Amino acid sequence: MGFKKLWGAVGTQDGLSWLLLMRVLLLLAALVAAATGTETFVGHQVLRIVPTNDEELQKVEELQNLEELQLDFWLAPRRLGHPVDIRVPFPSLQPVKAHLEANGISYSIMIKDVQALVDRERMEMLRSRRQLPLSTNTFDYTTYHTLDEIYAFIDLLVAENPNLVSKLEIGQSTEKRPLYVLKFSKGGTNRPAIWIDTGIHSREWVTQASGVWFAKKIVQDHENDEGLASILDKMDIFLEIVTNPDGFAFTQTQNRLWRKTRSKNSGSLCVGVDPNRNWDAGFGGSGASGNPCSETYRGPYANSEPEVKAIVDFVKNHGNIKAFISIHSYSQLLLYPYGYTTTPVPDQKELHEISQKAVAALSSLYGTSYDYGSIITTIYQASGGTIDWTYNQGIKYSFTFELRDTGRYGFLLPASQIVPTAQETWLALQVIMQHARDHLY
Amino acid sequence: MELPPSHSPATRAAALAAAFVCYRRGSPGRGLALRAVRRAVRQGIDGVGTKYHLELLLEDILDKDRTVNCTAEVFYHLGNKTTAPDVQFTIEGELKNADEADDIFYKRIKSLEKELVAENIPDSHGNVSPEMEPVRLLAWAASGYVVWQNSTENTKFQLAQIKHVKQVKRSDEYLEFDYTILLHEMVSQEIIPWQMTVLWHPRHGVQVTQDSQKPKHTSE
Repeated sequence: MGFKKLWGAVGTQDGLSWLLLMRVLLLLAALVAAATGTETFVGHQVLRIVPTNDEELQKVEELQNLEELQLDFWLAPRRLGHPVDIRVPFPSLQPVKAHLEANGISYSIMIKDVQALVDRERMEMLRSRRQLPLSTNTFDYTTYHTLDEIYAFIDLLVAENPNLVSKLEIGQSTEKRPLYVLKFSKGGTNRPAIWIDTGIHSREWVTQASGVWFAKKIVQDHENDEGLASILDKMDIFLEIVTNPDGFAFTQTQNRLWRKTRSKNSGSLCVGVDPNRNWDAGFGGSGASGNPCSETYRGPYANSEPEVKAIVDFVKNHGNIKAFISIHSYSQLLLYPYGYTTTPVPDQKELHEISQKAVAALSSLYGTSYDYGSIITTIYQASGGTIDWTYNQGIKYSFTFELRDTGRYGFLLPASQIVPTAQETWLALQVIMQHARDHLY
Repeated sequence: MELPPSHSPATRAAALAAAFVCYRRGSPGRGLALRAVRRAVRQGIDGVGTKYHLELLLEDILDKDRTVNCTAEVFYHLGNKTTAPDVQFTIEGELKNADEADDIFYKRIKSLEKELVAENIPDSHGNVSPEMEPVRLLAWAASGYVVWQNSTENTKFQLAQIKHVKQVKRSDEYLEFDYTILLHEMVSQEIIPWQMTVLWHPRHGVQVTQDSQKPKHTSE
């Protein structure tokens, strides 16, 4: 920072006249580095120059002789038209650039911060020692992953596709884990949107795993698949892969069959609230338990769970979500509201028809058979459920999936079934999304 | 009254019937599972209970393409919590012959020097080793008994996992296993630990000689 002040004060074109000052500073830096035994590349840049005439070539060659600048030629000057790459330490950046500019030599910045690159490489080396994937192309979709691995996948996906994918943090769990939502968007402002969540019940592992697969699928197909491309032309897709990260971590470390959140319940030794009974739809009625020790404990009040509140806030603030799909396992069912009452929803006929089409599409791939219907008639009465609330918010296309299987493995679905499950489910999701796209309201 | 086969009263009765069939026809070499409910008719009998007439499609766990039709009658006794529902069934056609697989398992266990002990079948990732598959199918059949004995119109049980299994050596011809299983009850979503002592012989079928619900740990 002090360097800029000095040069600015002089306002000279040729910064080389400040070499004396530079020498002192560089000497100091060298002493510090020697004392601490580290060399840092913070702020160093790699510049590329392509000399187009002899004069330019000569000027660049001259730079080699100025030892005080501590320039590191990655590609030394050789001939006209051949690139010259120079790592320039931070203190020398200004004088070197000024020198080039003063002589009309154009350059480009190949690396903006060498230290950042070094850091990333160090991390990648650590990763490859622990065998973490370096890209979403080497990620193993055929196995179950830890929370850290899924969060790393999310970051990789965003980094690889910055124009399509972004990561939103919509809140924090009880145990302060971030709640991440992926946004897939081709542009626009607050476009009508589709919401998909997986893993709200932590033991339903095939759902988080499918969520990871969906994320990659969207990225792979967003241009070449007509259906998906046309959906994204009009709508955004939001995907929350690990909707209950505390529960998920608990299934990895303590109890594979944990379902609920991990919030403490006052006056009870029992932990956790059923996040699919905690929504403000028929809350308090039959179809949920008031006992904290129960797997269907509704919680002390609606939206008491931060995992639920985060989505509620997101949906309300967004205001333009047109389809909401919450994914569970197991039972092989496609369900629409209501769960808390036998009163059919006004859009029952349309939702039933969509379900029929979606299930047919799903079955077409591997012959997996699904039943469909309203929650209350098809599985059981459930109050405070997610899609009952979203439907009552006006999100007409509200669906819940119960993925494979029907009980042979149940929650402990073999990893070999992850990809087939995700593939067939994706076909059903596309039916729903396309219907929403064609019937925006 | 004709019920939609996809609706919960039908599917719960069907799950119970299938569990009962598994208990009666299952073995280490054969497992059956409910593939589909074709038809369900409910009949309320005033003051006595509710009867379901079911037409089911069952599949062979070890050979998914192999299915058999099964008709079953399930009778839930009114208000009586201690009496298990009555179940009767008829299977159309032939089930795959499991004699060879059963005999192989029988000989293998009989010849073990140390008693068989195992845990977490399947494991967290759904894996079941080939050696444990018959142990699992035996539990699948035996759990059918537990499910049958504890089912009501408001429950739907599935075997979620074998937490622990230990062979108990016997001097007679039977094999005995002490299982701790986890049952998943769909309506309450509870995971219920259950202990069962299972006796089996290739010619004598599966018997559950002792079983009891185990307490759940509140800290979990």
